[in-house]
Amino acid sequence: MIEHFPVLIIAVGLLGAFFTPIIGLIRKELCSPWASLITLLQFLISIFLLYQVLAAGNISYWLGGWQPPWGIEYAIDILNAFVLVLVAGVCFSVSIYAKKSLGFEVPGKELPLYTLYILLSTGMLGIVVTGDIFNLYVFLEIGSLAAYALIAVGDRQSLMASFNYMIMGTISASFILLGIGYLYVMTGTLNMADLSERLPELYGRPVILVALALLVVGLSIKTALFPLHTWLPDAYTHAPSAVSAMLAGTFTKVGIYALIRVMFTVISPEYVIETVPVMNILSWVAAAGIVAGSVLAIAQYDIKRMLAYSSVSQIGYIILGVSMANKLAMTGGILHILSHSLMKGGAFLAVGVLQNSFGSRDLIALRGAGRKVPLVGVSFGVFVLGLAGVPLTAGFLSKLLIVTGSVQGGVYGVFLAVALIANSVLSLAYYVPAMNRIVFAEGAHPARRVPWTMQGPIVALAVATVLFGVFPELPLQVVGAASDALAGFLGGG
Amino acid sequence: MIQDIIFAKYNYIIYITLMTIGFYGMIGKRNLIKKLIGMSIFQYSIFLFYISAADVSGGTAPILLKEPAVYVNPLPHVLILTAIVVAVSTLAVGLSLAIRIHREFGTLDEDKIIELS
Repeated sequence: MIEHFPVLIIAVGLLGAFFTPIIGLIRKELCSPWASLITLLQFLISIFLLYQVLAAGNISYWLGGWQPPWGIEYAIDILNAFVLVLVAGVCFSVSIYAKKSLGFEVPGKELPLYTLYILLSTGMLGIVVTGDIFNLYVFLEIGSLAAYALIAVGDRQSLMASFNYMIMGTISASFILLGIGYLYVMTGTLNMADLSERLPELYGRPVILVALALLVVGLSIKTALFPLHTWLPDAYTHAPSAVSAMLAGTFTKVGIYALIRVMFTVISPEYVIETVPVMNILSWVAAAGIVAGSVLAIAQYDIKRMLAYSSVSQIGYIILGVSMANKLAMTGGILHILSHSLMKGGAFLAVGVLQNSFGSRDLIALRGAGRKVPLVGVSFGVFVLGLAGVPLTAGFLSKLLIVTGSVQGGVYGVFLAVALIANSVLSLAYYVPAMNRIVFAEGAHPARRVPWTMQGPIVALAVATVLFGVFPELPLQVVGAASDALAGFLGGG
Repeated sequence: MIQDIIFAKYNYIIYITLMTIGFYGMIGKRNLIKKLIGMSIFQYSIFLFYISAADVSGGTAPILLKEPAVYVNPLPHVLILTAIVVAVSTLAVGLSLAIRIHREFGTLDEDKIIELS
């Protein structure tokens, strides 16, 4: 049983998604606990896998007993296991929140959503767990298709947002498929470990460069890296708040994970750093994204849209950390995956509560609303401060590591680091007013009772944000080991 | 030289042409259904690339071969079967979105929808 956990995390999700409508036929109320149960199981399995990887080293699971590279392999190392726990954890906490929230926002349409919800979570976990690059494409599409449908149940404009996301997402997935095709035609294998062994002798060939370009551009659309982020603001703004939180907290992070996997595991770091300056280009693009996201966020009064643009900026931080290709920045980048996931997911959940209780997402109309729902208001303040990178929150250390890592990257690294710090100050220009308006300002609002299933996950995420900020050793042990494994062949540190 | 490329690798030229047509349809057209048609052409051109790259002229299917024979690599076909399923599901999602959009806004023209929303 225990040795089958890598595949069970997927199988539980797929079976769970299949049985959701059947359970809905028996009793409608059971669907939501069922979705929570399935995501809880996935969360427990992922924690166990992380424990196992830390204790006994990497896991290689052969699907159906077929030996890789012929069979499909599920390969789990520390980075995988870390992202698995993060994704499954956010999915589980959002699933508890989703019950009441979907009932408020899209009454009568909740039933099919739980199927899609489990499929989205399973698709993301599949991307993370697999060691086969075509499998990655299939899971990416499972997750994306569920995401398109989930976005489309939001308000009136969500339909067009979902349609545009679908067009962008299909371009991205097709590029990834084509890139995989080029790699397969050249090497005759789809297994990631096997690819990394066979590719070095082909590095002189232009076709590998084309494949790399297709994969990087395709995955950059999925992660919403500036300037390919155009689908993101509309999709996050108009989707139901639980879906926004789920997408912001996990889906883009999984894209970043896939990008790291492709650049560091499938294609060797020497190639992406020295032969072709992919990392260099990515770091400049990421820096541009950080600034552009912040500048666009300042002008927004719709909180969800502001948070969406700030996502563009924060994704830039993670990509910058990863693409500086030294150990410190890499650790910071991966740690920021965790902190951004908690904070942005939590912030979207908190905005969902405010929207449901006071009927608006406008910063002016919500003046003082945080006082009427104190726990949510305080949590929102914590998330926003964390996103700005204030000390004692999870966002501080990861940003600090990215900046110090960038400084090591020579002259242009220092320039990027200065841009980062300047931008942190710039980002205060929208985070602090948002917090002031919602938490500290006076406003006349009717008192509302918010169900504990909605408050619980928000408070839990806020506590995690503070906890990881005050005791950064906890995540750093895992993240440090993950970036050690990645940076082993980077040198320096 | 150029003739060699055109005649020996015409399948790749066809796939690139189709891909460009599809890409134009997705980006350039304003009608949502035309965008979806472009999307399908775009995806199918990639399937064509996989299938034609795997083909061996004169090859047979690797099933029950009694004596050594030239056979076609079956793996890309299987991969593309999966990808076709994905493409069909994407098209289904896209078409159902288009239906919902038409019910909501009464038009499928992207510019008019932006005005209305």
